[in-house]
Amino acid sequence: MSIVTDSALTTPARSLEAAWRRIVPSRRGLRRLAIALILPLGALLAWSIASSQGRLPEQILPSPAYVYATLAEMIGSGEILYHAGISLRRVLIGFLFGAAAGLTLGMAMGLSRRIDDYVRPLFLAFAQIPTLGWIPLLMLIFGIGETLKIIVIAKGALVPMTMNTAAGIRAVPASFVEVGNALRFSRLQTLRLIVLPGAAPAIFTGIRYGLTHSWTALVGVELLASSEGLGYLLVWGRQMFWLDVVIVAMIAVGVIGFLMDKGLDASEVYVQRWKQSEGS
Amino acid sequence: MSLAALQATRAVKIRRGLTLPVFLLVVWEVSSRSGLVDARFLPSLEHVFLTAKHELIDNDLIGELGFSLFRNVVGFFIGSGIGIVFGTVLALSRAADALITPTFNGLKQISLLAWIPLISIWFGFGEQAKIVFVAIAAFIPVVLNTYEGMRNAPRDLLEVGHALKFTPLQRITRIFLPSALPSIATGVHLGLIYSWLATVGAEYFLAIGRGVGGLIIAGRERFDMALVMVGVIILGLVGFILNRLAATLESYLLRWRVSAAH
Repeated sequence: MSIVTDSALTTPARSLEAAWRRIVPSRRGLRRLAIALILPLGALLAWSIASSQGRLPEQILPSPAYVYATLAEMIGSGEILYHAGISLRRVLIGFLFGAAAGLTLGMAMGLSRRIDDYVRPLFLAFAQIPTLGWIPLLMLIFGIGETLKIIVIAKGALVPMTMNTAAGIRAVPASFVEVGNALRFSRLQTLRLIVLPGAAPAIFTGIRYGLTHSWTALVGVELLASSEGLGYLLVWGRQMFWLDVVIVAMIAVGVIGFLMDKGLDASEVYVQRWKQSEGS
Repeated sequence: MSLAALQATRAVKIRRGLTLPVFLLVVWEVSSRSGLVDARFLPSLEHVFLTAKHELIDNDLIGELGFSLFRNVVGFFIGSGIGIVFGTVLALSRAADALITPTFNGLKQISLLAWIPLISIWFGFGEQAKIVFVAIAAFIPVVLNTYEGMRNAPRDLLEVGHALKFTPLQRITRIFLPSALPSIATGVHLGLIYSWLATVGAEYFLAIGRGVGGLIIAGRERFDMALVMVGVIILGLVGFILNRLAATLESYLLRWRVSAAH
């Protein structure tokens, strides 16, 4: 019993220290950051010198100052936020639908051999065709409206979510379930207290891949059929030969992808914090 | 379990696996024939089959597929070849790692498809642009996995190499490459899958020239659902075959590892 109290007492302190260490970079960290910045800054410098000397035509690569001005202007006018907001909303809705469906289907497949036998071959055949492949077919059925986008994005999340959930549940050791039986857990209790926590890491992997796939699917579907959103911004900038707009949209796509990934990282650590005290 | 029982469970599995697809096909056929669903959205199976036959015999479907596969293979080899070298350099040179890896990780965040407009401005809409895009798609997973595999080369092997006074080249060929091989194989496998995806993407967005992707886009523009379906099925089949091929090759190339583990 003393061990439990012990770790309960020390864990917050330790995680606080770790958090502190993460916020304040060490001298080594600063040095690493400085070295890491050499290449991008050097490239930026070469880029701006080349364009100021007129060696880089604006149709090939506009000067960094120009791109920056566009970025500042598009942030100031709220244009970039508007398009990013539309894209984010689509991803969120599509992802939630896809993830919920994937979680349900994956749980059913993981818990019941019979359902797995019935569904898996058909599901694998569907999963075989890349999300991008479905877009033209779905465009014929649903047109190019919001429904199409949500369905495509949901499909992106559905496949990894289902596969990982099913695999995660299958991988929960039978002995854990037996403990539940010995404790006379009801089925719901077994599911909630043993199976789902056991499958949580795999489910998180599914969420993570699902969100990444959703984001890629969003860019794809917006490139093909959209009049708003970041993907539209890319196409529009391309058509007008406004490369500065294209680059700004690319930066926005990258930054949002990065932030979603980091956010999931943080929430994964948070949800699975009970695991740390057991390990240390 | 006896052999008979094993065969019986297998039969049950197959029967169950076929139930849903067969059911769906019957529903499809019935609703299409009876006019329950507009045949423009859901052409009858026969119509789809005839379209496939027509494309195959009269319209040189194999040729279209050849164009797509050519792009796929060329881009894949360029991308994964450069990727292996690049990943090795990053993993083995501390300076290159400190200088380049953060920038690479930053650029990697940009979703692959978002590169298409820029690529189309730099390389046009022709073959070159498509191959560049496919190569980038293969490049990224190969670099990541090569890097990871080299980084995880066992320390004791490196010490042995040190004791034997290996030259840097020997260290790469005798220690780093063999121990990174499984990871590199994973990267190449992923690269193959991504490059097929990218081939489809390139043909959708840089829609000049022949290829399966172009066929699907043409089908959509003509509102020819049967043609789109044929195209989509081919996409899936090719993806499946490539995946299988990569998996077989992977286990063949890594067969020494299994025997070493036992």
